[in-house]
Amino acid sequence: MSDDSIEKVSIILSKGSLDGLYPGLIMGNGALMEGIDAMLFFTFFGLEGILDRKMDRIKVATVGNPGMHMPTVIGSLPGMSALATSMMKKEMEKLDIPPVREFLEMIHDGGGEIYACKAAMEMFHYTANDLWKDVDGILTVGEFYEKSAGAQIIFT
Amino acid sequence: MPTKTINGKTITVDEDGFMTDPSQWDEDVARWLAQELGIEVTDRHLLVLNFMRAEFEKNGQAPSLRKLKNESGVGTKELYKLFPKGPAKKAALIAGLGKPQGCI
Repeated sequence: MSDDSIEKVSIILSKGSLDGLYPGLIMGNGALMEGIDAMLFFTFFGLEGILDRKMDRIKVATVGNPGMHMPTVIGSLPGMSALATSMMKKEMEKLDIPPVREFLEMIHDGGGEIYACKAAMEMFHYTANDLWKDVDGILTVGEFYEKSAGAQIIFT
Repeated sequence: MPTKTINGKTITVDEDGFMTDPSQWDEDVARWLAQELGIEVTDRHLLVLNFMRAEFEKNGQAPSLRKLKNESGVGTKELYKLFPKGPAKKAALIAGLGKPQGCI
């Protein structure tokens, strides 16, 4: 490997929708598969991805999502987000992209570290008990930067 | 196309070292390719390699890491232990298959 190859990535996941979470999960898992160390830091609504009660019910955002090419009034109809979610999940299954929980298990088993953001946890009044069992810990921003030493930081 | 010769057997490989003709593969070739990566092939490795080759024959491409861990009988943790630093790619290389085309 050349000297400028990436050895470590630190990925911030700040969005709680399916389309907001997956890029970070795919990039993180993809890094591990390439032999690159990976750490995932869930903050703000991204926390939904590691909340044990919510992580299996992540939905696609059909409103405020120009990429969907769906007028806001239609995107806001009841059931629209569920419909878009089920369509996207089918497509993802075809590509062998796992559901959030299974994806995080793969990342964790592959040596990836998974952290929750302390400020976001406090803001939403969550405790460690609300988190998925394999979350490695809750970090302050300072600790996040300490652990990211030498890493490329990716914000999603 | 570059070639490599192993114990008198010649294989063709691409610029990244992946074999271009899966039919030139056998377990001796696998042992040799693995050794180049610092991996000593065990029965567990062979289980994964043979699963991958069977999948390749069925689907024309190396299986994803997800498929490997769900269907080969070897879990994610062990896959990373058997093929350190990049299981899907290293296993595909040792299995004599092309570079994996998927992202998972």
